Amino acid sequence: MELFRGVNIDWLRLKWAFLGFSLLFSVAGVIKMSVLWSTTGSPVPLGVDFRGGTEVQVQFQQAPDIDAIRKAMDAAGIRDAKIQPYNTTAGTNQVLISLPEELNEGALDTGRQQVVSALHAHYSNTFTDSGVKVDVVGPTVGKQLEKQAGRAILVSLLGMLIYLWFRFQLIYGVAAVVAVFHDTLITVGFFALTGQEISLTVIAAILTLVGYSMNDTIVVFDRIRENLRVSRRESLPDVVNRSINQTLSRTVLTSGLTFLTVLSLYIFGGQVLRGFSFALVVGILIGTYSSIAVAAPMLVAWQQWRASKGKAVVLPAAKRPRA
Amino acid sequence: MNKNLNQKIALIFAVLVLFLLGITGVSWVPWPGVTPKPLAQAIQDRIHLGLDLRGGVHLILKVKVEEAVGTETDNTVGRIQQDLKTANLGFTQVYKPDPTKPEVVKVEGVSPANATAVRSTLDNKYSNEYDVAGSGTDGSFTLTMKPSIESALEEKTVQQAIETIRDRVDTLGVSEPVIDEYGLGKYEILVELPGVDDLDRVKSLIQNTARLEIHAVVGGPYKDEQEAAASTGGSIPPDEEMLHGSGNMATGSDADAVYLLRRVAVVSGSDFRSADPGTDSNTGQRTVNFTLTNDAGDKFYDYTSKNINTSMAIVMGGRVKEVANIENPIRDSGLIRGSFTQDEVASLSKLLRTGALPASLEYLEDRTVGASLGADSIREGVTAAIVGVLVVMAFMLVYYKGSGINADLALFLNLVILLGFMGFSGATLTLPGIAGVILTIGMGVDSNVLIFERIREEARAGKAPAAAIDQGFGHAWVTIIDTHVTTIVSAAILFIVGSGPVKGFAVTLTFGLLANLFTAVYVSRLIFDWHLGRLKSGEPISI
Repeated sequence: MELFRGVNIDWLRLKWAFLGFSLLFSVAGVIKMSVLWSTTGSPVPLGVDFRGGTEVQVQFQQAPDIDAIRKAMDAAGIRDAKIQPYNTTAGTNQVLISLPEELNEGALDTGRQQVVSALHAHYSNTFTDSGVKVDVVGPTVGKQLEKQAGRAILVSLLGMLIYLWFRFQLIYGVAAVVAVFHDTLITVGFFALTGQEISLTVIAAILTLVGYSMNDTIVVFDRIRENLRVSRRESLPDVVNRSINQTLSRTVLTSGLTFLTVLSLYIFGGQVLRGFSFALVVGILIGTYSSIAVAAPMLVAWQQWRASKGKAVVLPAAKRPRA
Repeated sequence: MNKNLNQKIALIFAVLVLFLLGITGVSWVPWPGVTPKPLAQAIQDRIHLGLDLRGGVHLILKVKVEEAVGTETDNTVGRIQQDLKTANLGFTQVYKPDPTKPEVVKVEGVSPANATAVRSTLDNKYSNEYDVAGSGTDGSFTLTMKPSIESALEEKTVQQAIETIRDRVDTLGVSEPVIDEYGLGKYEILVELPGVDDLDRVKSLIQNTARLEIHAVVGGPYKDEQEAAASTGGSIPPDEEMLHGSGNMATGSDADAVYLLRRVAVVSGSDFRSADPGTDSNTGQRTVNFTLTNDAGDKFYDYTSKNINTSMAIVMGGRVKEVANIENPIRDSGLIRGSFTQDEVASLSKLLRTGALPASLEYLEDRTVGASLGADSIREGVTAAIVGVLVVMAFMLVYYKGSGINADLALFLNLVILLGFMGFSGATLTLPGIAGVILTIGMGVDSNVLIFERIREEARAGKAPAAAIDQGFGHAWVTIIDTHVTTIVSAAILFIVGSGPVKGFAVTLTFGLLANLFTAVYVSRLIFDWHLGRLKSGEPISI
């Protein structure tokens, strides 16, 4: 069985379409994020890990009556609780009760105690302690985590840039990092557009997406480097097109298979992994797209820009690979 | 050639067995005289699951180190007063001017004539720990704790708090507790207790400040606070304090009874060497048998012999537990009969052994995952991973036919090595860790796809099977090295910079990619070589 044998697509002719597509999604995401920023103070809806607050997740033995729980909470003096059913493939009788963030940690803990004791008072026979998950996160820790996660991603991007600079050339590193940044921006933008919360596991998904998209881009770059070495007379756009076409069946296969894995996570992985797998479902599509539509055309654009400035046209693969 | 091949196959089997043992350990192997563990249990013992998967309590606490600094400067205030009095140097007050700056002590009201003498006393005795400022022209001097001393004290306080919490948590009998500095913010402590889901019990145990003290009784019992206050003419003298009794006291007074006690304890927390729970054989009441340290024993003997026929009160947790009449001098051991509850008696001896927290704690974050919810997460995560892997494997077989077997074997071995690594290193598998496993599977499949596609290309260009395989691996190897090293570089950075979830991701990803370099390239190549050796001349390879 074989797909894409001897395809010959002129990818670079599509560059304006690609640019338009990328801009459309990035700009839509950015606009939504700035709207959210000005109204809620945060560009994306943050999960309890980052925003702080109290969440109590309870597994009931029978189907819970959301209205009755709401009444019980009201009776206990907990006014602004958000109560929603939270279903997973493993347990369908779950309810998530969340309280808004508080400025001080003590108030959060009081909220937790109130919720738990109200539940015990009304439903003590229908759930057990081993079916309860409680998250109480104070504002300090959330801020620290937010800073640290952002910093970790930035520093690791820098590390990749330096490695690619050393193995290829600076422009390859820059193009790859821009492509990965593009993927992250669009994926986070999707969370803003669809109103899903960014939690710690979503951060793990974004890290996965960064690794995946980088992998994809390097495969294409590697082929470009190899082809440039073999056929020095061919123009760069031709080499880039040929390299993308040569690696196309690999790109589609790998993406397709990884996509299947992630899809299985999205379907079978339960609510805990829902945000995580959503980020990957979006991320893998975008990551594959960006290797072809963002990273490779950037190499060509860079070279043409140098030519227009009258500088020496250095083919970005003068170095021989060492491995 | 053939001998070489056999050696390589032997190596791969050795690796397979080694890492399988990494996953399972040897405790399931039947052995004379030892009951073998069930295999599932053996695996659970080796592969450590994070709290998000197995359930437990996760706390982040902040130590209020400024309290420890405050205690230290309180002592300094006392010492300065003493030193100046001894040296006959007058002053109006020694105090701490700013409650938000516990590190600053101020001396005021020194007469100009004494200024030089006071300054040199302060310099002589305190300049090691404090920066002394002021010339005394306005009659005042300021001592500020040196930053190096202050940060050393703060660090020591955090370490002491960790030790104390560890000792207290040990009494819960939790296996593999984590109690360590958190690392994200200053003075923060991370506590992780797998398998525990009673948060309130953990909190009260950690934060318990209950200390056993013995105070001299000045008056009481009184019916209520008004009566107690009335007995001293309306206001309580500064060296006395008013405490409530607790129910069921042997003297028959009730929880509302009020006592007036000397504020300074005769013996307190650190004076006790031990305290053990017991039961009175006559009355069945719970008792506490205590022994005192040598110094405290001497002090207590001194006190009790001078105060025969007065009362002393046993105080715990801010309540009078018992009032006893001193009949004979007591030196270093005694027995308290009193209104202790079962829990109080039990926790008392633990608390005395572990000592007090050096400063109070503030909770920044607490999370509890019920064990059954954690189990659901595992089941779902594992189901998803297995379905994903099976779909991928089936596809590889369909698409690459015979060579698909190579890819599937390589993928399987990759997962075995990855899990074996986890078992050997004792690293913890968390949900983000599963994300790392997924990226590993993705990149493992990718390596095989890269190689196979390249072999097909070379074969299309007319190369013989052996040459096509050789060229395919050669070209794909460059790409595989680049993708893997790039990702390992970023995972290593995430491991160094990140904490918690980010770290869990980085660990599994790094292990997985290292394993993949071995399986996708070495193992897969070996299977091809073995297959090539069995091909008839001119027969194409199945790819």
